Amino acid sequence: MPRRGQNRARMGKLGHWLVIVVFTVLLAFPFYWMLITIFKQTGDLYNTDNNPFTFNAAPTLDNLQVLFFETRFVRWLGNTALVGVLVVGITLVLALPAAYALARLTGQWGQRLGIGIFLTYLVPPTLLFIPLSRVVAELGLQDTIWSLVLVYPSFTVPFSIWLLMGFFKSIPKELEDAAMVDGLTRFGAFVKLVVPMSFSGILTVVIFTFTLVTQEFVYALTFISPEANQMLGVGVPTFLVRGDVYFWGSLMGACLIASVPIALVYNLFLDRFIAGFTVGAVK
Amino acid sequence: MAVKRRRSTGFGLGVAMFAPAALYILLLIALPFSLAFVYAFSDARIGSGGSHFVGLDNFRSILKSPSFLRALQNSFVFTISSQILVLIGSTTLALALKDKFRGRGFVRFLILLPWVAPISLGAIGWKWILDSIYSVINWILVAVHLAKPYDAPMWLGEPKLAMLSVILVHTWRILPFSTVIILAGLTAIPKDIPEAAAVDGAGFWRTLFEITLPMMRPILNVALLFGIIFTFTDMTVVYILTSGGPADKTQVLPSLAFFTGVQGSDLAAGAAISLFLVPLLVVVAYLMLRMAHRAEVV
Repeated sequence: MPRRGQNRARMGKLGHWLVIVVFTVLLAFPFYWMLITIFKQTGDLYNTDNNPFTFNAAPTLDNLQVLFFETRFVRWLGNTALVGVLVVGITLVLALPAAYALARLTGQWGQRLGIGIFLTYLVPPTLLFIPLSRVVAELGLQDTIWSLVLVYPSFTVPFSIWLLMGFFKSIPKELEDAAMVDGLTRFGAFVKLVVPMSFSGILTVVIFTFTLVTQEFVYALTFISPEANQMLGVGVPTFLVRGDVYFWGSLMGACLIASVPIALVYNLFLDRFIAGFTVGAVK
Repeated sequence: MAVKRRRSTGFGLGVAMFAPAALYILLLIALPFSLAFVYAFSDARIGSGGSHFVGLDNFRSILKSPSFLRALQNSFVFTISSQILVLIGSTTLALALKDKFRGRGFVRFLILLPWVAPISLGAIGWKWILDSIYSVINWILVAVHLAKPYDAPMWLGEPKLAMLSVILVHTWRILPFSTVIILAGLTAIPKDIPEAAAVDGAGFWRTLFEITLPMMRPILNVALLFGIIFTFTDMTVVYILTSGGPADKTQVLPSLAFFTGVQGSDLAAGAAISLFLVPLLVVVAYLMLRMAHRAEVV
């Protein structure tokens, strides 16, 4: 019955596309909605008789102008970038040697300690933020971005060690042995040979760390209150709202501008992050 | 024995290279983790100097508090219901995205947005979509006559709807992550087995339930365990969407710990509340260890 088989294949194809379209629309809709909202005039947004899917008044750049020139948005972008860069630096300095040690030098213990380190990644900020707020206050770092520079590596280091371990293990041992025969010390071989060879792994860690810093909310909310010292993730939802008034146009602008670049970069490295999460379940 | 000697000096170097990271993890994860226990058994408050050991007093009083019991229940309701939706949705989506097609890269970018965008900003997007007056969902409902103007659903204002909204936003957030994990797992399933089944006359559903899904089980477990952790310990969605309201009806353990310990200055009670996250974390960690162990043995 070729007819029936053909029908079935056609149904299958239709179902396939239906699934993809429905899910894509559901998942991406909020971002589409942000995009539309940014360019709408206030009068258009707040008239419930208007069809919200179309522009009932001319598109405007007012909301973006308010965002960039009348709020601290640019300052928050700067704070976030600065914290991101510093945390990336600290993460690399701590995670690179540690991952190499676990991958190469400490034998069977390496793998076990590696899994142990990975498990600390599961300890959530919502468990640690209360004691850490006290630690931050004791150190006099409250209300400064330095509190975050200190604390953020606590969730970037464990996962980075785990990712880098995988990279280091894929480098053939013989290369290091040869370099050591040529007179390099073990540490020298690590610095001059292994690190440059792991460039793509390091890049993955840089991107991963940076995106985690931009996504974090709980610590930034707990440790920092002054408007000028906020990170993007907290500044936008707390300070673009005055009392009960939401500046929806500007808010959506901030959300979209902060989200899309991160999403683009993250997408490039996705497969590597996933390899880190799937531990041994994928072979 | 040159080999042996090299290994033993290597061990010393290994310890030296590992030590800074280990020290940092001890000071910023292990220490605050133990401090959480110390606070939970004390009367520490923000602003007051000393604190004393008070035994189980904090636990006794929070266990009597209706908002705590509510939050405990909500945490489980939110996590379980959103993860069921995530599991079904992401399996479906992953199976649809498994084979290459034109535009797959772009589709992947779009579906990943909820996961990679900062969650506080994604949640603000939803807050606008679910707004009490200007909700686009309500506009559609009114347009197709499923709701009356001026009497449309208050998505974040009525307890039941607010809970539904929180669950759906959690689902929206975790689904992409779960999908890409499952996709990674699907590539590891040899293609010829489902194909052979199809040749043998097994239909789509039978192949799915009797062959593909059972083979996907390990990867579904991974996706589920991470999904549980990320949802159960999250306070951002609730904080942004409802602040736990209306009247604590959507409060979860992490957000209640925040409102009690940080905004309410009662560090001790806040720490005690957040400790209720620990048992679930331990269970998940144990299951992950077992999986990692099994993967090594196989």
